[in-house]
Amino acid sequence: MEAVVAFPDRIERTVELAHPPAAVWAALTTADGLTAWFGQQATIDLRPGGSARMKWDSGHTADIRVERVEAPVVFGFTWHIFGLPEDDPRRTYVEFTLEPTAAGTRLTVVESGFAQLPDDAYRTAYDGNTRGWASELGELADYLDAAA
Amino acid sequence: MPPPDVEAIAEQVFVALADPSRRAILAALGSGGPATATDLAGRLPITRQAIAKHLALLTMAGLVTAEPGERRRVRYRLNSAPIQVAQQFLAALARDWDSRLDALKDHLRRHARGSA
Repeated sequence: MEAVVAFPDRIERTVELAHPPAAVWAALTTADGLTAWFGQQATIDLRPGGSARMKWDSGHTADIRVERVEAPVVFGFTWHIFGLPEDDPRRTYVEFTLEPTAAGTRLTVVESGFAQLPDDAYRTAYDGNTRGWASELGELADYLDAAA
Repeated sequence: MPPPDVEAIAEQVFVALADPSRRAILAALGSGGPATATDLAGRLPITRQAIAKHLALLTMAGLVTAEPGERRRVRYRLNSAPIQVAQQFLAALARDWDSRLDALKDHLRRHARGSA
């Protein structure tokens, strides 16, 4: 079966902001800034490898690992993929890029990694299942019919 | 070995979940644990024959795995791995950067006014 729509690996948005890069940078990388627009409570240790945590009134929490800090141009972090189990190691990478413009700042956000491949354990289990059962389905159906 | 195609895996999951009987079977396996086709027929308003057909499709999609049980009866166990792949697809749709960036714009506007 031919895939019509590709699995979305990457989200990209660009917005023009009427504020200088320094103001946008503060909004993206300080606890006060993040609290004002992103989460309802935020903490951040702004250095590569540092941790940040965002909390929402809904009870949802996002644990973030800071990856890139190049003030006031690039801020990158990884976080958990929403909906996957807590111990799933897969994370998406979010990168903000700030570009000064005559009117203020062009802000681009790219989040990537949604279509990253599952781990090897999954691959082995999955391939094993489908290959084995593709050939045995006939037998399975016979068995179920006989048992019915 | 070629890598599994995430698009194909997600599609199989969504096809499987599009049918209410298959959702009911998955929900029963999820809440009650591994079960035989006969167990499922006793718990769900679905015929034994239809359950067998649905279990075959769910097995093909990798959503359930068949394992030998007592007295050589096949028990079906929910396998969450394909669901986690499909969930990545939903997560991409749910990230909602448009709303977040709108909130950022509002914040910057308020903040600039406050400090002006």
